[in-house]
Order: sequence, then C-alpha cells, then structure tokens
Amino acid sequence: MESVEFERPGTVEEAVALLQGASGNAKILAGGTDLLVQLRAHMVEPDVIIDIKHIEETRTLTKNSDGSYTIGAAVAGAEAGDRDDITKDWPGVVEGWELIGSTQIQGRASLGGNLCNASPAGDSVPAMVAAGMTVNIAGPNGRRTIPVEEVTVAPGRTCLEKGEFVVSFNLPARPAGGGDAYLRLIPRTEMDIAVVGCGVALTLDTDGVVKTAKVSLGAVAATVLVVEDAAKAIIGTKLDADAMAALDAACQAACKPIDDKRGTIEYRTKIAGVLGRRAVTIAAERAGKK
Amino acid sequence: MSSEQKDYKWVGTRQIRPDGHDKVTGRAKFGSDFSLSGMIHGRVLRSPHAHAIIQSIDTSKAEALPGVKAVITSKDLKDQPSELKPAGEGMVNYRDMTRNVMAREKVLYDGHAVAAVAATTVEIAEAALELIDVKYEVLPHVVDVDAAMKDDAPILDDTMVPIGYETKGPTNIAKHVEFSLGDTGKGFEEADVVIERSYKTEAVHQGYIEPHAVVASVSEDGQAQIWCCTQGQFMVRTFVGQLLGMPTSSIRVTPSEIGGGFGGKTVVYLEPLATLLSSKVGKPVKMIMTREEVFRASGPTSGGSMDFKIGATKAGKITAVEATVRLLAGAFPGAPVAPACMCAVAPYDIANVHVQGFDVVVNRPKVAAYRAPGAPISAFGAESIVDELAKELGMDPLKIRKLNAAKKGTKAAYGPTFRDIGYEETVDRAMDHDHYKAPLGPNQGRGVASGFWFNIGGESSATVNINEDGTAVVISGNPDIGGSRASLAMMAAEELGIEYSDVRPIIGDTAAIGYNFLTGGSRVTFATGLAVVEAAKDAVRQLCERAAKIWEVDAEGVVWDNGHAKPASTNVGDFEPLSLAALAAQAPKTGGPICGHNAQNVQGAGPGFATHICDVEVDPETGGVTILRYTAVQDVGRAIHPSYVEGQIQGGAVQGIGWALNEEYIYNSKGTLDNPGFLDYRIPVASDLPMIEAVMVECPNDRHPYGVRGVGEVPIVPPMAAVANAIESATGVRMEALPMSPPRLLAALDSSNIKQAAE
Repeated sequence: MESVEFERPGTVEEAVALLQGASGNAKILAGGTDLLVQLRAHMVEPDVIIDIKHIEETRTLTKNSDGSYTIGAAVAGAEAGDRDDITKDWPGVVEGWELIGSTQIQGRASLGGNLCNASPAGDSVPAMVAAGMTVNIAGPNGRRTIPVEEVTVAPGRTCLEKGEFVVSFNLPARPAGGGDAYLRLIPRTEMDIAVVGCGVALTLDTDGVVKTAKVSLGAVAATVLVVEDAAKAIIGTKLDADAMAALDAACQAACKPIDDKRGTIEYRTKIAGVLGRRAVTIAAERAGKK
Repeated sequence: MSSEQKDYKWVGTRQIRPDGHDKVTGRAKFGSDFSLSGMIHGRVLRSPHAHAIIQSIDTSKAEALPGVKAVITSKDLKDQPSELKPAGEGMVNYRDMTRNVMAREKVLYDGHAVAAVAATTVEIAEAALELIDVKYEVLPHVVDVDAAMKDDAPILDDTMVPIGYETKGPTNIAKHVEFSLGDTGKGFEEADVVIERSYKTEAVHQGYIEPHAVVASVSEDGQAQIWCCTQGQFMVRTFVGQLLGMPTSSIRVTPSEIGGGFGGKTVVYLEPLATLLSSKVGKPVKMIMTREEVFRASGPTSGGSMDFKIGATKAGKITAVEATVRLLAGAFPGAPVAPACMCAVAPYDIANVHVQGFDVVVNRPKVAAYRAPGAPISAFGAESIVDELAKELGMDPLKIRKLNAAKKGTKAAYGPTFRDIGYEETVDRAMDHDHYKAPLGPNQGRGVASGFWFNIGGESSATVNINEDGTAVVISGNPDIGGSRASLAMMAAEELGIEYSDVRPIIGDTAAIGYNFLTGGSRVTFATGLAVVEAAKDAVRQLCERAAKIWEVDAEGVVWDNGHAKPASTNVGDFEPLSLAALAAQAPKTGGPICGHNAQNVQGAGPGFATHICDVEVDPETGGVTILRYTAVQDVGRAIHPSYVEGQIQGGAVQGIGWALNEEYIYNSKGTLDNPGFLDYRIPVASDLPMIEAVMVECPNDRHPYGVRGVGEVPIVPPMAAVANAIESATGVRMEALPMSPPRLLAALDSSNIKQAAE
C-alpha cells in the first residue's frame, strides 16, 4: 500500500516549511475527528500528514487584557467548555463548538478543523461568524488575518493557499449589552449533523432596543451565510412580533439549500426562519432583555 | 403444578452476569477479535447497481496482483436446486441463498456480492477488488413494495413461481397467504361504526453494533473450522455445508461473543466465502464487513404497505377486521408476511377476521429476521386503527382494548385457542399505572398500543457436568444475545441446590454439544432452559443413585433436597445427608463421572403480550418529537433474571421508537443507498430517550417448570403505534406512514393547518 509521511512540527515556521515543501497532497491534523474518518473512507489520500498539536500557539486559549480572546486552532471544544470566562462571555460560540459529535469527539474536535473542513453544516461556524471572529493564517509570506466567513469558499474548499494553515482565532471582547446564541436542528438530540444551524450575536441598549446584530445561517447554502437583512429586520426594534416575523422572512429568503438525505429545500427553508427567531430570543435574554 | 407459590433461591433474583467482567474489561472476544497465525484477509466486491445483468467478470488482473492468493465468483459455488427446506428461522431456498451470498446471473441490489478476494493484507485485497472488471447491463429497478406489485414493474426473476397466487405473466409477488375466522361480511353488518385506513412502514435495519465477522480455516484433509459472530453455530454449519457441498462432520463452528443480532445474524453472508477462500489457499481467512457493507448487504426487515378495515358496535365490541399486508422481501422471497398477518389482531377476541398478505421481491438486500419478524409492521396498522375506533366511539383507548381482550379460551384468527395468557392483565396494569393518569402540558399527548408475539420452542441440547469439587459446568448451544447464560446457570443452580457462582455456563461449539436450533424466536431461556433443567434433573438422579450405592439402599429411597441427598424416609435408614460436593468427591469410586444430559424438541412456548404507554411533546414549528415518558407493561411468564427481562423490554421499546421516528433507508433515483451508516441512518441515541419503565406481569407458562415465556420480541411490537397515537393525541394529526421524522411531521402539521384554515 502507499505510505504516508507523518510530521510533527514544534513551531509555526516549521509547519509552514513542511506544508510548502510537500510534493503531493498535504493534510493538517489537529483533533483528527474529520481527517481520520476521511482517511478510513478513502475520501482523502494524503502524501503527508502534518500534526500541528505540538505547536504551543495552536493549543492555548487566552483571555487578553482588553477582554478579547485568542484561541488556538487545535483547542478542543471540551477545553473551552471547561472555562468559566469564555462560556460566560460568549455562550453561543462555545455551545456551537461543544455540539460537535459525541463526548469523546468533543475532547478532540477543534475550531480550526471544524472551519477548515469547510462543510456548510459545520456547527462551530455560524456562531463564530455572528460573533465577528477573525482567523490568523500563517504562510510562506508571513501572517494574515481575515474574517471567519471568508475562509470557506465552497463545500470542502477554503481560501488557504499552498503553505498556509490556520494558527488561531480572535474573538472580540463581549460588548456591553451583548448576547449570543447558536441553535441547530437535528432529528436526534446529539451525534448528528445540522439540518439547519443559526448563530446570532446582538447588543441591546438600556431600553432593550437592538443596537447591533449579526445573524448567520449554516447548512442552507454552499457556505455559511451572513444574513444582513435578518439583522436589519431587528436593529432598532424591541423584538416585537413584527420584527420577529420580518427576521423569519429574511432568514427564509436568504436560504439557497439543496435537497439531500438530511433535509429538503422546503424543510430547511422553514426551519431557518424558526431557528432565527429562537436564536435571537435566546441571545436577547443573554444580553439582559427583560 | 403451580410454580408461583414456590420459594426459589435463585430464580427471580438479579445475579451478576457470567460474561460481565470480560465485557467491561475488553477481554471478551467478539467476531473480529479472533486471529490465527498465517491468517490472510478476504474482502468482497459489491454491486454498484440496484439491478443489472452480469455480462462478464474478468479477475485476471486481480489474480496477478502480488499478495493476492485467491479470487472467487459464483462460478466457484455449485448451483443449488430451487426447493424450500426447513432451516434457520423458517424455510430456506438454497438456490436463492447461493445467489444472495454471491450474485450469479444478475445483481439484484446495491451492495450485492459479486466476487471475493483473499490476500496477505486487507489493503492488497481492497486494491485487488478495484482490478476486477465486471461488465453489467443495467436494468430498471424497483425498491418500493407497491410499485413492485404493479403490472409494469421491473421483474427481478422471471422464472419465479408464486406460491398461493395466480398470475398470467412474470411477477414480483412471491407468495400470497390468507387467514380467516368467522364471516367478516356478517361482522361488518353487525357494526355501528366501520373505519378504513391505509398505512405504510419503512424497511429498518436491526442496527447491531458488531458487524459480521468470520475466520475460517480449512485444513489439507478438508476439515473446516469456523469462528464467527452468529445467532446459530449449527445454522452456519448447515448452510456452509450445503452451499459448499461439505459433510456436516467436516465443519466445526465456534460462535464468538455477539455484539447484537436481533435476528439479523440468523443467516450467512461471509461464512461460506471465507471457507471457500480458505480451502483454495490452504490458510485461515478472516473477513469483516464494514458498516457500509452491513447496511448495503445485510438485514433489514421488511417495509410494509397495509389496508385495514375495522367494524364495531356503539358499545365498542369489535365485530370484524379485514386487512391486507404487503411486505417487501428484498431481492429474494421470504418477507415475514405470515407472522405479520397472524399477529395483527391477536391481542383481541374478534369473531370475524380476514387477513391476507403478499410477499414481494424488490431491489434491496434480502430481509432477515428482526425481533418479532412482521408483527411490528401489522401492529402499526392494527393498533393505529383501534385507536381511531376508540376516538370515533368516544372511548378510552385502554378500555376498548380491555373490552375486546383475548383471554384463556379465545380462539385466535390464526388458529390456536389460547391457554393461560396475561394480555388483559397488561391492559389493567397500564390503566392503573400512575403514568396513565399523569397530567399533560401544551403540545403533549399520550398514546397506548398493544402487541403480540408467538414465541417458539424447538430443538435444544444441554449438558450439566458435575465437577470433582462440587461445582458444575452447564454446556448449551445457543449464542447468548439476551442474557441466557445467566438464566441457564440460575435454573441449574436452583435444581442442583448449589450456589449460582459455582455454576459456570459455557456455550459449546458444534462439536461440543448436541444440535441446537439457533437463538431466535425468544426461545433460549424457555426451550434451552427446559433442556438445562432436565439435564440438571438427570445429574440429580445420578447423584441420588450414588448416595444409594454408598448407603446400600434402593435409589428410590433417596431424595434430593437443597443440594443434598437424603433418605426419603426413616424407613430407608438413618443416614447423614450427603452434599453434592461430597458425592462429587466420591464419584470415581461410585461409578465415574456424573454428567447430566438432555436433548429434545421443546414444545409449549407461551405467547407474549404487551401494552405500552407513550407520552410525547411535539414541536409545532419543527415537527420534532420528544419522548417524554414511556412505560412498557408485559406478560413475562416468570422473570428468571428480572434485570435482563427489563433490559429486553427497554431495548425492544427503544428499537421500536427508532423505527417510529427516524429510521429509514434512503435510496436515490438510481436505487443505490444514500445512508449506509449510523450518521444518517438514525437509530436513537441515549439522550433521545427517557428511562423506559418496564412493568412485568407474571402469568406463568404452565408448560415450563419455572413458568418461562419468551420476552425478547414482543416489546418491539407496540411502540410505533404507541408513538403515532401519542402524536395524534398531541396534535390531532394522524400519521399513517413511518418514519414520523421532523420533516414529514411538519409537512403533515402544516397541511392540516391549511385545511383547518380553509374550513
């Protein structure tokens, strides 16, 4: 059988050099919860596997002095879920991350992997997008930082160039009057892939009026969507029935789903509206709405 | 003799399972854990088409690949005559079996085996599969039972001669059956209310965690040894012997621990292929199915399409039932259509019943047994329409069941007159249960449903060997899929009067114990249990003889009491009782080893009945269903090991809930399977369910020394209708097709809302 090289760099620079020097197909290994499954199913046949878990920067989750966070690409969901600070500041981001797979999988599955797997249904992505997270990419020409929603360009495909990999994420400080939420629909209660996912982050003023909002939908188009019309529908409102109906309609209008074994176009579209309303309600409660 | 008044030391207690330590420490050997030195690996090439003629198979490139030791196709298997022979669970046709194991003229389903390779590594075997060149002529296919019955349907086998069915030309209908009691025409005339409905269920897989696995080793003198995960080592021996033309004496089959079977391991897939490959190569051959292969090529049970008509008086007395049940068989005949028809309304005392059924071939894997084969399908129809009847009459759904309950002396539509049965008691216990009276909130509903399964006996052999230190070994021949080892050891300990921990239950290979019919039909604790009890009694008889010899009295003068031989009366003499251990120690001097044995074809299985209560909450915006509370009441005869019985009840209910809510095969327009894995074939996960409360009613089976009835199958019969009835109670919407998955339920809720708005 074909052999596979296995590399375990200790620094970002070594990893970039290995990626750049790879003659064939190189794959990044962090938690491995997607890669190992794809290897076994012969969906990918890499020539080299580069394990980035031994680069310290990929394994640390730091709260910075300004209240923002830097999250290593190989940090597992269960590790974030154990932290009081990030779960209190950004419960939606953490709950999307912690929904991936089973308990065992959650001990391995990383944010970087979930994003770079580039599935439209990745559970961690909509809440990251809604929260305004950015991603730090290292490559042969140094580092660049781009919004999370720009990473995936098509199902299974990212904007990463040869030699590049995701090192870490930036999560802003929780704003005053801020709240976020992630909801997904699956036919079971766990161990499943989202039929629709919805991430919402918003801020309320002291009167309970929505000041800012970002709404993101997963699994209803080729890539995770930012639904600007949904945000517009609720900004400046107190989330009254009309605003919620407009939000529901905007979410449905943004959907460009496919019919597949996990859901029909009709069902996914309807559910996008339902989850939009429900996620906004939870985010507003977390933002202090009475 | 009534067994209920007796005080037992072991029967009815919760002992530690004899296989428990090895299973929790990982020491237990399952099918794929077995290995031999010099072993090579086999893989199967499977059809990518639902229906196609095999024009040619060129294996030369695969054979030339270094490391490849053998390649087989159907040419290496002799053809078999088309005739029904009793074997496995029911009748088998070896012509079909050899074609299912390896496609011959045609491939009949996505995943159908076409060739197999043995090579030094799994990777080389897989690479060799890609080098096999198969030329197909793709044919139109059919995967739906109703579509397959239409005149213009693609025909799977134009040589098939239907049984009990007249046809002008080729057909996919393999068999027609009918069961009648009384005069339904007259019964409907007596009815004040008549309801007619149609229902549909999806084919579902047994969902065992352990994939099929085998190691076969054929030596130079033609002696074969097979280690595999199976529900019947003797079944494997028979089938492999027939398909490969080997005498039974040359095949020895050892069953592994089994990671679930539920009926799906009562057939062979890999065993004949591994044995044939091993005989060609002269080395042991190991074969393991991937999960994808399990879904594409093994199981499932039938999907069904049904019409029901029920009539009743205003008082709720059911006067007549008519039903037609159409079951898909997969690629070869053999859907469980007769049991589906026989079980449909068996819980009820109805004077006029006519049920007919059709066995229909389609381009899917051939169905295998699954817990109470056929009964859950027809019960979904029957128990849904009984619920509709109760609603129409404004009656409580349990009261209408009690009013019509079958009792001792009721003649069932399928033939027999019931002896002591506990059906009515299951309804009473459900009615009295606090679950049935608990309040419900918004969007919540409650449903009930009942179920029936025959249970079976069959051929069993057992040996009870008394060891020299006073312990005992029980050898039986049924793979333990539901806790039978513990129960057999407990019954033996009870008979022998020794500690449970001093009895070691072992499952023998086909050369270590007499013939045993496979593990199925909820028969092992009942039938093999009876053989073990008789074998223990045989050992006790010998122990009494040894005591008589020591005391120099007649054997009739010795009785067995609490593990000791005692004089039957003071007339016999004044002797100190001799313990089993003392008699065992003296055995060499009193006549040699003490071995009890029994072999018989056990009759007298007691039927099982169950009544389930299910509470659901429906999310009206998503169609999602949450099971809030579930209570399963069942007549278990007597629970030898109550924890295992409760486990069977809970497991059956959970599998039924999965069948009700989300499980389905998703075939695409080409007839290939889109969801061959547990991610998209959705069996319930633990967090989907509340604790299932098992309520055991004990109405002993008078034809078993401890009153045992089979318990493993009937719990899967009621759940689908119980869930559907609960959803109707929560929403007013009646789901007539399974699965009641969120998209389907939301569509039904939305169309009902539109209808209501229009009215």
